[in-house]
Amino acid sequence: MAEKILTKNFGLENHFKINVYLENKGYAAVKKALTDMKPNEILEEVKAANLRGRGGAGFPAGVKWGFVPKEIDKPKYLCVNADEGEPGTFKDRYIMTHNPHLLIEGIIITSFCVGIHTAFIYIRGEYEAVALRLEQAISEAYDKGFLGEDILGTGFKLDVYVHRGAGAYICGEETALLESLEGKRGNPRLKPPFPASVGLFGCPTVINNVETVSNIPSIILKGAAWFCEAGLPKDGGTRIFGVSGMVEKPGIYELPVGTSLKEIITKHAGGVKEGKKLKAVIPGGMSAPVLTADEIDIKMDFDSLVEAKSMLGSAAIIVIDEETSMLDVLKRVTKFYSHESCGQCTPCRIGNSWINKIVKRMAEGNGNKKDLDKIIQLANNMLGKTLCPLGDAAAMPVLSIIQKFRKELETYVGN
Amino acid sequence: MSPELTDQTKKKIEEIVSRYATKEAALLPVLHLVQAEQGYVSRHAEQQVASLLDLKPIKVKEVVTFYTMFNQESVGKYHIQVCSNLSCSLLGAESLIDHLKEKLGIGVGETTPDKKFTLTTVECLGACEQAPCMMVNFDYFGNLDKEKIDNILDGLE
Repeated sequence: MAEKILTKNFGLENHFKINVYLENKGYAAVKKALTDMKPNEILEEVKAANLRGRGGAGFPAGVKWGFVPKEIDKPKYLCVNADEGEPGTFKDRYIMTHNPHLLIEGIIITSFCVGIHTAFIYIRGEYEAVALRLEQAISEAYDKGFLGEDILGTGFKLDVYVHRGAGAYICGEETALLESLEGKRGNPRLKPPFPASVGLFGCPTVINNVETVSNIPSIILKGAAWFCEAGLPKDGGTRIFGVSGMVEKPGIYELPVGTSLKEIITKHAGGVKEGKKLKAVIPGGMSAPVLTADEIDIKMDFDSLVEAKSMLGSAAIIVIDEETSMLDVLKRVTKFYSHESCGQCTPCRIGNSWINKIVKRMAEGNGNKKDLDKIIQLANNMLGKTLCPLGDAAAMPVLSIIQKFRKELETYVGN
Repeated sequence: MSPELTDQTKKKIEEIVSRYATKEAALLPVLHLVQAEQGYVSRHAEQQVASLLDLKPIKVKEVVTFYTMFNQESVGKYHIQVCSNLSCSLLGAESLIDHLKEKLGIGVGETTPDKKFTLTTVECLGACEQAPCMMVNFDYFGNLDKEKIDNILDGLE
């Protein structure tokens, strides 16, 4: 059984409380990092661990931190992305609920490494109970001297705040998150400049996902080589796979990066619900192009999924069974993106709305044979033509569903 | 017209503002605070918040209308928000929404005449392992079926 990094103490009673966390070697990584290591040594260790971003894009965390200018006459910020809006994704909720101090440890080490003194956890608004738990954990960490002024007598200072979003998928996109944190509509920014140089309040900013940051303490304690061994050399560690949809045992499964999708569905999640046949799988949150039942013998790591023309994204696996109509899936997917487009870029705002209208018409029995090609044309007009990845995120699943299930979809339309 | 913000709320707002480099950044937390106290964000509240944070009222309105969690009108004592995204709809969310409409005698987006319940549908709530799921105010309920929904609703005063 592979080692668990993030979920191993989930079963311990009251593990979210600092006393229990400390009894189980909690904050040892913070002590090591702040007293035995120099910021540059931490950076090199995280780079060597090949810790790729767990939010979706898979960008190496160490490289991202390295982009932040060292000498600058401005404050630097850390924003932890806890927006968790990608449909199918619920892993960060588990980390923050059961292991909030692991995240706080990761925040302290990240901030120490980059020279940050203020960190925000941007959490989706619906997670009110989770936000309260985080605030309690933060308050405990202040009381024990892990946050605030002069942490562990090192002179290092850090404040951490929880900031709640208010129900907008787009705010999971890093520059929309910054706009939202600044009190504005979540309209993504044009890049460059990237947040590492011009981020929150115009200052250098690191933005990392909850799961990404929560991996840092183990990398510090056990080293980069160990972390790579726990996963793959170029994609280290474990992933928390969130499985939902038509499976017997929906839930989270922390497994090594590179575990096969087939194994996750059939072995860990108990197979398709009620012994039905598998039809399709969305492997990395709703934005990921769909895989057919024949394509699930695949390693769940960033590069393998790219090779299969899909993506690992947030590692949220949605299982679709043989009895589900792919037109219903298409309707659901397109409704979501037409609702969540921020409206800033015309191809995404209009494209998603038109696609959803056409799909709805098809579902009402009023479609015609040209509709699928019209949808493809509209989706292609979004790909790469928007400020942020939402345009692509909406186009990719739509194009893949039509490409892989065209015959079935054609049965729903007349001439 | 909705009530004025209390002195206590104004004090909390000051504390929130102190966390950020700009007053404007406090807008989302302040609107959450206002909604927690008044149930929704009225036009009057928008203006009060704007003046406290040195913003133009239109900036506040932009934000209130952009984010789905801010209610622009008063809602019932219990705000039922049913997830209708993919994992939940694969497991029957549509029929649960129909059941709720019938049981409450209202459509989606409506409030019962006694102001007890408001019914809305929402996008993914981040609880797909418990699909189909819903929120009642800020409480999550998962693995729903019609009977479970009946029990939950019947237990609400």
